[in-house]
Formats: sequence, C-alpha cells, structure tokens
Amino acid sequence: MEMFLKLDFWFTVFRCATPVLFATMAAMIADRSGILNLGMEGAMAIASLSGVLASGFSGNLLVGGFVGLFCGTLFTMILAYFIMNMKANQVIAGIAMNLAASGGSIFALYSITGDKNTSNSIQSKAFPSVEIPVLKDIPVLGDILSGHNVLTYLAFILAIVLFIVLKKTKFGFKVRAVGESPEAAESVGIKVHRVRYQTMFLSGLLASFGGIYMSMGYINRWTAGMIAGRGYIALATNAMAAGNSLLGMFASLLYGFGSSIAIYLQNMNMDPYMVTMIPYLAIIVFYVLFSLYYRHKNKQHESL
Amino acid sequence: MKKKKKDWYGVIRVLAAVALAFIIATIIIAIVAEDPATALHKFFLGPFSTKRNFFNVIESMIPLVFAALAINIMHKSGLFSMAADSAFYMAGVTAASIAIGCKLPAGVHQVVIILAGALVGGLIGLIPVLIKKFCGANELVVSLMMGYLFFNFGYWLIREFFIDIANGSYSVKFEKTASLGKMIQGTNTHYGVLIMIVAVILVWILMDKSKFGRELKITGANRRFAKYAGINVGGVIVGSQFVGGAVAGAGGAVEMIGMYSKFEWIISVSYVWDGILINLLASTKPLFIPLAAFFISYIRVGATVMSRGGDVDAEIVSVIQGIIILLVASERFLYTMKKRQEEKEALENQLIEDKKAEE
Repeated sequence: MEMFLKLDFWFTVFRCATPVLFATMAAMIADRSGILNLGMEGAMAIASLSGVLASGFSGNLLVGGFVGLFCGTLFTMILAYFIMNMKANQVIAGIAMNLAASGGSIFALYSITGDKNTSNSIQSKAFPSVEIPVLKDIPVLGDILSGHNVLTYLAFILAIVLFIVLKKTKFGFKVRAVGESPEAAESVGIKVHRVRYQTMFLSGLLASFGGIYMSMGYINRWTAGMIAGRGYIALATNAMAAGNSLLGMFASLLYGFGSSIAIYLQNMNMDPYMVTMIPYLAIIVFYVLFSLYYRHKNKQHESL
Repeated sequence: MKKKKKDWYGVIRVLAAVALAFIIATIIIAIVAEDPATALHKFFLGPFSTKRNFFNVIESMIPLVFAALAINIMHKSGLFSMAADSAFYMAGVTAASIAIGCKLPAGVHQVVIILAGALVGGLIGLIPVLIKKFCGANELVVSLMMGYLFFNFGYWLIREFFIDIANGSYSVKFEKTASLGKMIQGTNTHYGVLIMIVAVILVWILMDKSKFGRELKITGANRRFAKYAGINVGGVIVGSQFVGGAVAGAGGAVEMIGMYSKFEWIISVSYVWDGILINLLASTKPLFIPLAAFFISYIRVGATVMSRGGDVDAEIVSVIQGIIILLVASERFLYTMKKRQEEKEALENQLIEDKKAEE
C-alpha cells in the first residue's frame, strides 16, 4: 500500500491516462453526434505507426506527428464514409476497419522496413517533456503535475476546450441536436451528414493524437498490439462520462490509476500477466458501477 | 421465384466483395513483392502445393467454424457480444488443465475435457448479457475488455500451476489419453473435424428447426413484437449467450487437445473477427458456415505459404478480410443493381396484373 504514498505513482497515473483521455474525447464527440466510432483502436494503431515511420525517415518530429495525425484521421474518414454513405452497420464496419488496421500495420512495417512486429530499425523522434514554470516548484503538486509530455498537457487542455465547445458554442449545439434527433435537426436546417463528417474528423484527429502519444511520447518505438485495447477502453470511459469531457478526464484517470498499480506491482516482481489484468478489470468494475448509478438516476428521474 | 432472385443478389454481392478485395490484395502484393508472379502463385495455389498444406486448410478451419457458429447464435439475439473470444481462450485453459491434471482413461478424458470447455465457455458467454441486464452496461464494450482480461487471467493460471520450468513459457505435456488423435497420416488433421461436423449439424437443428431458434430469430429481428407474441424474450437472449459461449468453448477445447500436446497460447488467440466475417459470408446460415470457413482458411494458408518466400507478410490476409467485411456489411454496395432488379420485377408484376385485368 506504500506505493500510494509515492509521488512517482501519481505521476504515472497521468502518464497512463493520456492516450485513453484522447480516445475518450474521440469517442465522445462522435457519440454526441450519434455515431459509435469503434474505429479508434485502428486509428490509434495507424497513427502510431505512420508517425514513427515518417519521423524516422524525415528525421523531423513535426513531420512525423503531422503524418501520424493525417493517416489516423484519413482512416477514420474512410470509416465515416462507409457508415454514412454506404450505410454499413457501424459496429461491423468499425470491426472491419480495426481488423484491417491491426494486420495492415504489421504488414506495412514489414514491407517498408523488414522489421517484424517492432520498429527496431527506425530511429523515431519523440515529443519532449516540459517543466511548468511556477508549478514545478510547488512541493507535492509539482512532482506529480510538472514534467509531463507535451501531449499530456495538450490532452487535458483539450478536454476543457471540448467541454466548452460542446456546451457553449453553436457548433456544439448542432452536434448535440444531430445526436439527439437527426430528423428534428434536419427539419430546422442543420445538415446532419456534414455535422457527422465534422465530428468524425475531430474524432479521428483526437484518436490519432492518442496514437502518436503511444509511439512518440513516453517511448519512441512502435510495437504490434501496443494500443492494447485503449480504443475500446475509451468506449467505456466515454459511457462513464455521459457526454461530459471533464468527467471523461476523471474516468481516464481511473484507468490511469489501474495502470499505475499494474506498473508498480510488476516492478515488485509479481507475475506480469496477473498484473496486466488489473487495468482491464478496474475499468470493467468502474464501468459497471457507473452504469448502475446512471440507471438508478434515470429511474428516479422517470418516477418524478 | 421471387425469393430465389433476391438470394442471387446476395451471392453476387458477396462474390463481388471478395473479388474486389482480391484485386486490391493483388495490387498490394505486386507492389511489395520482388517476384510478384511467384508470390501470387504461392498465395492462390499454395494450399494445393503439398498434401500437408492442403490438410493444413482443413485443420485450421476447425476453430473458425466453431467461432462462426458461436457468433451466429450470439449475434442473432441482437446483442453484439464478443465474449466468444474469452470463452474460446478460457476453454483452452480449462482443457489444458484437465489434460494435465486428471488421470482418466482415453475416450472418457476427451469427452470430459470438451464438456468442461463448453461449460466454462457458456458461463463466460453469460457475463456480458447478465451485466447488461442488471447494470445496464453495454455488452460490446464489456465483452471487448473481457478478451484482454481473460487472456491475461488464463495464461496466468497456466503459469501458476502447470508451467514447464525448463521451457519457461509453455506448460508441461498433456496426458497421452487426452489427445484427440491424428486422423490422416502425415498431417496435423485430427478427429476434431468430426466433432466440428456434429457441431454444425446440431447448431443447424437448433437454429433452423427448433422452437428456440425460431423464437431467437423473432426476438433478434423485433424485440417488441416478440414480447407481444408471448416469447420469454429475456430467457431466449440469455439462453442464446450461454449456448453460443458453449459452442465457442467446445471449439477452444477441441483446438487445444487436437492441435497441441502442451499449452502454447502465449499470445491472445482471437477468432471473433474471423467468426463475424465467416458468418456474414455464410449469410448467417449455419450450413454454409463450413464452406465460408474453408475459404477463409484457404487464403490464410495461402498467405502463410507465400510469406515463407520472404518478402510478403502473411498479415495481408487481415486487410483482405477487413475489406470483404466492410463491403458485405455496406447496404449500399451494389445497391443500384438491386434497385434496377427490383424495378424490373415491379414492372413485370405490373404487366402480369394488367394482362389478368384484360382477361
């Protein structure tokens, strides 16, 4: 239990929460416009790989980041096209895209570099960590909150931005209108298709940020299966957040908490497989508890 | 007459999707491979190159068929549960544990293993639906995370109790009495093929010939209508998840004692995506599932043969599979063809009616 007293532990909570927070926001913005974006897992895999490859070949961090974001977003737009224009079932289409991405990324890595499963021959750049001027001098808080990766700060800032956008702006209003009732939105002149393409674009972009954080943030290497279901976990954290990205931040931190425990126990020589179970178990338990709470709340609401 | 025409449309659509996926794959291989002609030849005809390769197609078809049957039952209820993967893996763990830990005579041993695998699979299949029923959490999300959870849990169990210290990652050997035995000399094809055929027939009877299957179909198509028709909707859905999980579990157990002599699943074993694809290709008809599974197994083995050549990775199969699923699942794929046909039919019907009216 002494691990909870270590500042390092809490630092790791934020580090592990970052990619899931990006993905949670990705799930949220699509969800609010009425689309279940199951393709985040694939978008993260594609973005993480293409980012590493581009930064390795160009030797430039920003080129890598841009290419990663571009490919992940393009991937999501293809999914959006199939869901909206080709009228594919969104669950099945998402699964198909993820399947193609998980195999396709391994195939692409092998074809381009000859590496099998891990990008060993590529020297990728990584996004730097930054110290926050005043914050870093505050004793406990500084140790936990300062010195994170740039993308971690970006994730938490974007969560606040997304909250404001969804609640206060005209665009956010349109998104919610489309999500709640596309027919009603259509009747007041909102272009449902266009709004959904816009949200899917943002969704892909956010998921891709999560992807490049995985391979160009804390570590600068791509490994097959490194996304490890974070795109799916985001579906749970999004459901827990119920459309509120500040709650989404909290839900992602719950996942980060589970991951941090796992990392600590592994360092204490516990069996790695038993330990890897913990974050998934934690997220299932939290998700179930939140669902119970929402169900209870809705019932109360109905009885009034 | 009318119905037959509609079926043809479905078949053409699937064939067109497959053809399109192969065209894309051929282009990719042609770009990537140093010697495209040899690579393509190996890919398309590799399974026929040796007896071993051909029977490779047969034995790797077995888990695919079980997974597709499980998906067929589980998804017909209208629930998108992916628990079949967890069921499959944990049944494999159960099978390995009984194969190592229990001393039983041959014949009894295999039966006990497969039944235990089915039971474990069925219970795991129940988890998402029960969580949904009592807590309201989405079954798709829960079951996807269960896949990661049970892989780590299952492999941890094996490591904890049955690990071969000398090897470090595989388990100790199974008892000889637990093996399903090879059916064809010089290949890995085992008697699980027969169990697979029995499973297909049983699922066909259950889904197409029984009251349960009828009720499940109605429930999946329109839950409200099913309720008015007096069907015990909750019971049917929960039942379908148990039976589907049990089929996946039986598949996991058969695969474990048919193909292996020790536990070797050190990376997560996933068949649900294949199961979904095969079930789609078979247009959710149990009797067509072996055919579709043979096809998927064929391109898998073909890709493996090709990848031995060196420059094309076997993972291209996932891309092909993804494209096929995407196209088959798209309502609008070849939609104009359907529309034209429907217009033609409507016109013909009109003419017939006009004639009748004249008479």
